[in-house]
Amino acid sequence: MVVKRKASLAERINKKLANKSFWRGVTAVIGFFAVWQVSCMGVLPFMSAIPTPVEVAHAFWKLLFDPKYWAGWRDSSLRVFYGFVAAQILGIPLGLGMGWNRNFKHLTFPVFELLRPIPPLAWVPVSILFWPTNELSIAFITFIGAFFTIVVNVLGGVGSIKKELVYSAVSFGASPSQVFWRVVLPATIPSIATGMMVGIGITWNVVIAAEMIAGNTGLGRLTWEAYLAGYTPGIIVGMISIGLAGYVSSGLVKWVSELLMPWKRIF
Amino acid sequence: MSASNTAPVCRAADGALSVRDVTKIYDPEGVHVVALEHCSLEIAAGEFVAVVGPSGCGKSTLLNIMAGFDYVTHGEILLDGAPLATPDTRPRPGSDRVVVFQHGALFPWKTVLENVTYGPVVQKQLDQPAAEAKAREMLARVGLSNIEKSYPGQLSSGMQRRVEIIRALINDPKVLLLDEPFRAMDTVTKSASHEYLLELYNATGKTIFFITHDLEEAIFLADKVAVMTTRPGHIKLAISVDLPRPRNYRMLASQEFLRLKAQLVEAVHEEAVKAFQAGEREMA
Repeated sequence: MVVKRKASLAERINKKLANKSFWRGVTAVIGFFAVWQVSCMGVLPFMSAIPTPVEVAHAFWKLLFDPKYWAGWRDSSLRVFYGFVAAQILGIPLGLGMGWNRNFKHLTFPVFELLRPIPPLAWVPVSILFWPTNELSIAFITFIGAFFTIVVNVLGGVGSIKKELVYSAVSFGASPSQVFWRVVLPATIPSIATGMMVGIGITWNVVIAAEMIAGNTGLGRLTWEAYLAGYTPGIIVGMISIGLAGYVSSGLVKWVSELLMPWKRIF
Repeated sequence: MSASNTAPVCRAADGALSVRDVTKIYDPEGVHVVALEHCSLEIAAGEFVAVVGPSGCGKSTLLNIMAGFDYVTHGEILLDGAPLATPDTRPRPGSDRVVVFQHGALFPWKTVLENVTYGPVVQKQLDQPAAEAKAREMLARVGLSNIEKSYPGQLSSGMQRRVEIIRALINDPKVLLLDEPFRAMDTVTKSASHEYLLELYNATGKTIFFITHDLEEAIFLADKVAVMTTRPGHIKLAISVDLPRPRNYRMLASQEFLRLKAQLVEAVHEEAVKAFQAGEREMA
């Protein structure tokens, strides 16, 4: 019987440091910044518009003390959070319902499939017209980004449940509602996790674009304003911040998924 | 194997299955597929019956009907004289006929202990602590003492199948329906699984309906081996296995074993050839 034991932090660090591919990775990252730095210093003419890593680092340091920068983080994160959470709250039950009840699926799926191909950003104008505030319209567009993804994943997840699992539960005397809560729902959790993982990436894509079009604040807006002001290091700092925000969010979603499925480690 | 692999202690008083002239026709979108036709088979209480036959001959269909997952079109199946499946009754799965599936159907999100206790708890036969105590005892009997907190995904296929058989037996079913449970196993795991199954059979005396492709497995385990024809399936012949119990691996080389095997090979080969030719006709 082999039960995987979680290695201690020290053990894991030591293992990392002894690993050749880890050092290759480190070299690659350092190399990337070195090439960037050198090519901006007049070696490549078309790179002259791009700030050097040193300039970017300097701009980043200054921004760390700027409350407007942190307000950008807060606003974008909240928009992503509201849109994403609303998408899960509405999307997971909708997907489960479509997968569980054929009549419900026949009633809802055609409209769903009609709306699904519309890109989230195509919703911007109507969203601005419909919602009373800018905040709500951006959160709504974010919601759209995550909603269709989670529904499609949950629907697929319910469809691919092994029928033997349902048969077994019924044999053991489970009622239809017990089958739903104790078999269908847990069996769908891996698909929910995949849907959330894809969805969180899409929400960050969408929120940045929506902020550039319709927002007054947020990381996307900061990046756009830096461009309008011709402040190139600010653009790069905005891009890096957005990347970090997406990375942290994915990490959180992964953490939540693992809590939901102790029997499985995903990704 | 341990000393407990002795002659059956208690022969079950019930669990007699009577398959009477069963016909099953699938009719998806107007295409008639006759899976079973005039299929009859008598299984005594406490008897271990293995069914062999070519792929797609309707073995699993018969098992699914017994389990209550599917309808019969004509004919009937009786369990201890009471109708279990007739064309007029709705299929009704129940804990008196539990299935162990070929690819396994342990709930991956439940631990071994939670899986095994699922049946008694959901039927409110036992409360959680009592069910756990019983589960631990039964798991220990098949050498699975220290894995209660593991998830099925952490176990080998042999262990998973053993857990699954225990999960079925804890419900005290009348009949155990096994659908090629050891098919995907390597030889060593398979023969160990055979010994555990025989030990459980000897200890509980449950009626067992066992589907397999493996003729040696069928003879080694069963009291009676039934050969099913190619589709539409019915029982072509049923051979009694008079090897004494407890069985052991030395019997695999005995004259009687080889005689039975020769007889079965003949019968199954004929059906396999027919199935193959039918397949070619369908392709053409």
